Amino acid sequence: MSTASNPYDRHPIFDQLGQLWRNKTAIIGLVIISGFILVAILAPVLSPHDPVETSLYDQLKPPVWHETGTWKNILGTDELGRDTLSRIIYGARVSLTVAIVSVGIAFTLGTLLGCISGYYKGFWDSLIMRIMDMILAFPYLLLAIVVVAYLGPSLQNAMMAIGITYVPRFARIVRGSVLEECEKDYVMAARAVGAPDWRIIFIGILPNCLGPLIVQTTLSMASAILDAAALSFLGLGAQPPTPEWGGMIARSRALILRASWVMTFPGIAILLAVLGFNLLGDGLRDALDPRLRD
Amino acid sequence: MLAYIIRRLMIMVPTLLGVTVIVFLMLHATPGDPAELLLGERATEKALHEVREHLGLNEPLHVQYGLFLKRLMKGDLGETIWTRQKVWTEVKQRFPATIELALVALFISCFAGMILGIISATKQYSIFDYVSMLGALAGVSMPIFWLGLVFMLIFSLNLGWLPLSGRLSIGVDLEIVTNFYILDAIITRNWPAFKDAVWHIIMPAVTLSTIPTAIVARMTRSAMLDVLRQDYIKTAKAKGLSHLKVIFKHALRNAMIPVVTTIGLQFGVLLGGAILTETIFAWPGVGKWMYDAVMQRDYMVIQGGTLFIAALFVVINLCVDLMYAIINPRISVQ
Repeated sequence: MSTASNPYDRHPIFDQLGQLWRNKTAIIGLVIISGFILVAILAPVLSPHDPVETSLYDQLKPPVWHETGTWKNILGTDELGRDTLSRIIYGARVSLTVAIVSVGIAFTLGTLLGCISGYYKGFWDSLIMRIMDMILAFPYLLLAIVVVAYLGPSLQNAMMAIGITYVPRFARIVRGSVLEECEKDYVMAARAVGAPDWRIIFIGILPNCLGPLIVQTTLSMASAILDAAALSFLGLGAQPPTPEWGGMIARSRALILRASWVMTFPGIAILLAVLGFNLLGDGLRDALDPRLRD
Repeated sequence: MLAYIIRRLMIMVPTLLGVTVIVFLMLHATPGDPAELLLGERATEKALHEVREHLGLNEPLHVQYGLFLKRLMKGDLGETIWTRQKVWTEVKQRFPATIELALVALFISCFAGMILGIISATKQYSIFDYVSMLGALAGVSMPIFWLGLVFMLIFSLNLGWLPLSGRLSIGVDLEIVTNFYILDAIITRNWPAFKDAVWHIIMPAVTLSTIPTAIVARMTRSAMLDVLRQDYIKTAKAKGLSHLKVIFKHALRNAMIPVVTTIGLQFGVLLGGAILTETIFAWPGVGKWMYDAVMQRDYMVIQGGTLFIAALFVVINLCVDLMYAIINPRISVQ
């Protein structure tokens, strides 16, 4: 008999995720995110122009529904004649990368620290949690801004800074779950048969803490996109000519009266992408972690 | 209660020390010579030498940290690189503007957020509920720097209803007492200035309040829904109390506890968001000053401003915790 057919071998998370299909907000979120990922992958195919190609003749063209708009630049062009639609399409790549990398950093570090904290308790627990408190003592975004200010403005540093500021969220959640799981008999049993600590933690305990972690990951991706856009808006994230949504808004500030469309569309793109992750995160929370419901 | 306050104050000390450690280490973890970083690239060798002497940069790291703390105790945050002003004086001058903005934003978000939340909860699954909750979700997903620019475009540039930026119009006289302009205008009974100051604060405050309003609305709704399901609400209704009385006197009071915590947590969002909002609206507060410092690579200002905002945040969090303990006496007993 194959083990897969045994219903008890299935991680309960699959059943919980099954409920997701009945959750409308989660489905809408999932659709938005899938669209966003598709656009990012297919950017070279979808975008009508090169996102960094400037054109002296096409500066500040309005979108197509405008009297003077043309189908050549559906969403118009910016002050250097670059196609807004193409830049937004390529911007999806940047934002998606930011979300994955910075949340990846936070997830890995946070989970590791949370495990050590919750499993070994005592000195390491106090030390790690005090360090997390220190990070949390800075208002949101401030620490990221300051870290990038010191390291020098670049997308890479922005992702790192956002990653660092998100570590405590993950560390706290994992620590809490690990503390709870450690009290259970299976952990005792694993210890009794002499399983090494890393095995108990990563193969025994961690899979049981997945629910809240998945929820936190999704919601963090939403805020990572938002924070990265804010950093780029302040000139601390992606540097020109990288097509990044926050940076696009920053440069359009001076044109706000002459060409408001340059500013409008990247903002809508950010809003949609973040909304997608937030919707999915809310849906996941309802499905996976009823305790966290707000 | 007193024991609780003392315990909380004791916890605050290591957190504040931690903040100073992080801020201190940042300067030293940055590649390059800290003295050069602080003085800028064009500093003379003599000036660099003086700074090294003054800050003890030639000493071992832990001694340097000790000196750093000692200077902090004396309120010495150093001098700004470009204007050679005392950082602490500059902070003191600017922080009323930030606090004023944050408080008005907080007021808006409490008021609007709670009203939206209460109506949504009492009319669950109605059109109003759906629309306001969708709005709240959009609110937390909104890049506020973009929203601020959209507001500017609509209400200032196109409709001309609100002033574009700043705290007061040019030509409006106001005697500065506390540096909180609205308060100053009231104290000096200067009503034209009062109106002008209020007019100026509306757009930045609404922008800054977007995310907190949305969060408070969502929290109020779910807390109210939790409470409205309970038996004592049924009892209150059954004994014939009016709808409004049940909601405001019986339900809201218990629903307030999680909502107050949420409101307290919004200070961090407000202080961080202030950097974006102040930059957009040219609001002369600590946030804009920090942004300018980042642009000019004035590390003394970055260091001082960061320390100040983080310390303020820690103190505010403490106040929120204490307030929370007053509202919910079970906390301080634990």
